[in-house]
Amino acid sequence: MIQFDDVSKRYPGGHTALNHLSFQVDRGEMVFLTGHSGAGKSTLLKLIMMMERPTSGQVFIDGKNLNRLSARKIPQHRRGVGVVFQNHQLLFDRSVFDNVALPLIIAGFQPRDVGRRVRAALDKVGLLDKENKNPVTLSGGEQQRVGIARAVVNKPALLLADEPTGNLDPQLSAEIMHLFEQFNQVGVTVLIATHDLSLIARMPYRVMSLEQGQILAGGVTTA
Amino acid sequence: MSATPTRKPVKSKPSEPKTPGAGASVKPIGIKEKWQGYWANQRLVAGQTLRRLLKEPASSAMTVLVIGIALALPVVMLVALANIEQLGRGWDGAAKITLFLDQKLSDAQAREFAEGLGRHSDIETVEYRSSRDALEEFREMSGYGDVLNSLSRNPLPAVVLLTPVASDRSTEISQQLLAELAGKPQVAQAKLDLEWVQRLHAMMEIGKRITLALAFLLMLGVLLVIGNTIKLAIEARRDEIVVVKLVGGTDAFVRRPFLYTGFWYGLGGGLTAWLILQVSLLILAGPVSTLAGLYGSEYSLIGLGFGNTLMLWLTSGLLGWMGAFLVVGRHLSGIEPR
Repeated sequence: MIQFDDVSKRYPGGHTALNHLSFQVDRGEMVFLTGHSGAGKSTLLKLIMMMERPTSGQVFIDGKNLNRLSARKIPQHRRGVGVVFQNHQLLFDRSVFDNVALPLIIAGFQPRDVGRRVRAALDKVGLLDKENKNPVTLSGGEQQRVGIARAVVNKPALLLADEPTGNLDPQLSAEIMHLFEQFNQVGVTVLIATHDLSLIARMPYRVMSLEQGQILAGGVTTA
Repeated sequence: MSATPTRKPVKSKPSEPKTPGAGASVKPIGIKEKWQGYWANQRLVAGQTLRRLLKEPASSAMTVLVIGIALALPVVMLVALANIEQLGRGWDGAAKITLFLDQKLSDAQAREFAEGLGRHSDIETVEYRSSRDALEEFREMSGYGDVLNSLSRNPLPAVVLLTPVASDRSTEISQQLLAELAGKPQVAQAKLDLEWVQRLHAMMEIGKRITLALAFLLMLGVLLVIGNTIKLAIEARRDEIVVVKLVGGTDAFVRRPFLYTGFWYGLGGGLTAWLILQVSLLILAGPVSTLAGLYGSEYSLIGLGFGNTLMLWLTSGLLGWMGAFLVVGRHLSGIEPR
């Protein structure tokens, strides 16, 4: 599902975020990505999202070489990848429902389908009763669940999460992780960047650790 | 819910089928649904942007008013010109033709000729002045009486003054009549007294050009005003643009609400300009009809008319859309998720 081939990313100014990185994540896998801040976790996710392009090397998502995708094709690519952000990236000028509906409206779904799918996603994260609330009135954990609902509402084959439990207490973090597990169990490939080592130590998934733009451990599929 | 170290059997919910999600390479929906969704989105965005503007009437009204006043100026001028033209059209009919008759004609022959003209279908009135009348008139007007007395014979020809019938094509009819009459053997010279009408037309032409130039400049101003307003709107919605781009919004999708906002501003300005014009006409209608009455005329002001009103609204809306389009491309490309 995800394949990095000798990928390097150097930013203007000389900082090397990723250094000849190669790894693979199989379809249906759930993988944790760890490392200190600055180790390259965010850059790695940005390359998958095509928010950045690699300086050298190739990134394949679902068999597609991202280097070959023109800027015009980026929106289509992003619709196939669900992303959960640490800071949620929710819009506070509209309801929870409208936040979750955004990817569907962008993809051109009919209003009746939008309603059905949004409620299914909100039901999944346990927020069906909050659909008319403004996300600003929700707690941090609830906001993150809205972000997750938005990431999965389009039923992407690949789900990315950047520090999804960053600001949450252990109890809420565990609940969020459990949600990701549920999506993985229905076949979604999940890649989660986190530094919450105590949390992932209790979960039976591959852990890939980055340091200074290189993979320390877990770069190969162990299944 | 609690964290579980081991995989539990899948807790499926009825609303979420247990199949892998449609992924990056799978088309989520068909072409037809996509097209319907596209139009649904157009309508949605049109409604949303309009509601958003109406929700902040104070700040929107400022922009709309500026655009309205800028558009009203050339529109009012154009309507004023149309009114003057309408008046001038009545005057065209009053253009007189003067026929200087051949001096070899006797007074009786000349008079008979003049009476014959009175039966012409294109001629409204005929006034005959014999050479003696003409001399008499000249004597009174010029004060050269003594000099004229010393002349052995009357140097002035008999004159026929004609008024062509008034109609929409009076200028054309006058010209035709002039050519026809000039060819008659009894006529020494035919003159169409059109000078002042032509002057009026020349002035109107200048007025029209000035109005057009002004309209062009003011439209440019409207473009800039809308462009600037949209630029601020883009800055204010930076977060939204980033999120939309992150979840796969195309440039067209991101642009759409701003283009609609520009369109609404333009249309609002067009409606305002139309209102300003109507109020001006209403204020002027009374005095104008009083003045027309003093001249014994039924004249009343003409407005913009249905077609031109529609044209004004369409143009203003389009102008707003264009103003937005000009800034949107440049400013949106700078806003990318980081």
